[in-house]
Amino acid sequence: MSSDGVDLKKRRFLTATTAVVGAVGGVFAVVPFIKNWNPSQRARAAGAPEEADISGLAEGALMRVKWRGKVCWVVHRSKQQLADLESLDGILADPDSAVPQQPSYCTNKHRSIKPQYLVAIGICTHLGCSPTYRPEIAPADMGADWKGGFYCPCHGSKFDLAGRVYSGVPAPTNLEIPPHQYVADDVILIGVDGGNA
Amino acid sequence: MSFMNWIDARFPATSTWNEHLAEYYAPKNFNFWYFFGSLALLVLVNQIVTGVWLAMAYKPSAAEAFASVEYIMRDMDYGWLIRYMHSTGASAFFLVVYLHMFRGLIYGSYRNPRELIWIIGLFIYLAMMATAFFGYLLPWGQMSYWGAQVIVNLFAAVPFVGEELSVWIRGDYVISDATLNRFFALHFLLPFVLAALVFIHIVALHKVGSNNPDGIEIKKNKDENGIPKDGIPFHPYYTVKDIFGVGVFLIFFAAVIFFWPDFGGLFLEPPNFEPANPLKTPEHIAPVWYFTPFYAMLRAVPPMFGSQFPGVIVMFASILILFALPWLDRSPVKSVRYKGMLFKAAVAIFVVSFIFLGYLGMVASTKVILGFTATFWAQLFTAVYFLFFLLMPWYSVLDKTKPVPERVTQ
Repeated sequence: MSSDGVDLKKRRFLTATTAVVGAVGGVFAVVPFIKNWNPSQRARAAGAPEEADISGLAEGALMRVKWRGKVCWVVHRSKQQLADLESLDGILADPDSAVPQQPSYCTNKHRSIKPQYLVAIGICTHLGCSPTYRPEIAPADMGADWKGGFYCPCHGSKFDLAGRVYSGVPAPTNLEIPPHQYVADDVILIGVDGGNA
Repeated sequence: MSFMNWIDARFPATSTWNEHLAEYYAPKNFNFWYFFGSLALLVLVNQIVTGVWLAMAYKPSAAEAFASVEYIMRDMDYGWLIRYMHSTGASAFFLVVYLHMFRGLIYGSYRNPRELIWIIGLFIYLAMMATAFFGYLLPWGQMSYWGAQVIVNLFAAVPFVGEELSVWIRGDYVISDATLNRFFALHFLLPFVLAALVFIHIVALHKVGSNNPDGIEIKKNKDENGIPKDGIPFHPYYTVKDIFGVGVFLIFFAAVIFFWPDFGGLFLEPPNFEPANPLKTPEHIAPVWYFTPFYAMLRAVPPMFGSQFPGVIVMFASILILFALPWLDRSPVKSVRYKGMLFKAAVAIFVVSFIFLGYLGMVASTKVILGFTATFWAQLFTAVYFLFFLLMPWYSVLDKTKPVPERVTQ
């Protein structure tokens, strides 16, 4: 075909505007397909905050709560156990909880809101096994220094009763403390904090 | 460009681009009817993409299927949109393909040398029908269930082996979990077969070149460079035209998806909003609109010798006869533009019958229309449907055709 009398400027303008509008439309059309992969309403509901009633939790005992499909521990620590925490500082990797593995309101010596109650996600920060609760003092297999804590059976990582990781074990960081709050004296809501994170 | 040289030495990128787009010369007189091929391709892509996304959440089991569709619709982000794109896309696919086939019919696109394009196209149509049938069971609603029940039982009408055949298809004595699971697998597989057939369809088309509304071979009139005088490069001329068609199509497509996804019960039938119940048949069952012409023909034939088989044969024959079309049309001209009143009248009557059969397949067979039952009308239009093809070798010859111009008209 001959190109006599063709307005090339107009053609270029139309080509460019069509391409731009088409590209914008294409981007918008992709959004639903990407968002479709987000957790559904059901998954989000399943990941909703979980309440834990700790009124029956005896001193030294541990209870497990499932939050977002993960195991979450609540441990009622005795005065002695709390006092022992400080004596371990020297053999821990991050005794002051410098790595943000906890909400700001749990960045303290006992890594909790109320000193006696530890709320932690019971998943080893190494490769995701769930460590075993070992509250005994100096059992034969854990050595004379053991003041109670958590031992990961998969690769031997050790954590104290505040979920702080020992130095020289595979796990790199302290156990994660989930956001949580007390909705009553004996009821913890795991999954949301009181707004002062 | 050295980059393209590097690619071209290893992969025929530029030559393929030129052969099929930039230097593929299509007749310059394409009109409205030539939008539907590219639109069918667009809808196929839409069906595959939305279908793959739906398959990520759909559960092909009798216990979970219905709930999983509701889950997609209500709980997943934009699940409703993707599912409505898929369900509306199914109807849109048949709509554009029917218009595409009608284009072929009126302009003689099935005639020598394009018989194979027509036949490959019919295989595409068969693959579409199979895919749509398998897909319709998946939501596991009442209409899914009973529709599949009726269609699978058609095979039970085959003499001698029918009963075993229908049990084999279902994998059970009734439509069940086993049937649903295999239909899902087949519904996922067939679109890829379909895509391969589309590829072959286009390869065949580009071998012989496109027909056009005048039914003239543009390759007979070439300039000194061997380029058809009435041809223009597909790209950019027809890519731009098709993009315009896509824009208009998407406006209607989106309007249905957003405002009228069930299309008054035509695209999503009311009984399908109820979970499948093997103990209770819905009061009125009918296939989706794109199958109703054939369903009407099936019902039009009364049982003979205590068997429903003749009706089944008529229904399948109504599709198989399309394969003979290239050899039934013996007119000296291809396009309806140069055919006479006989052919034009025949096509008009054929279209009316097909649409009417579509309507009759939706209503109860006992419904009285203009003093006669739906069954009577279905019998009449079934006869007309077949006569259109069976009498074509005669009326296409008797027809008074007009002289065909040397070059395409504007």
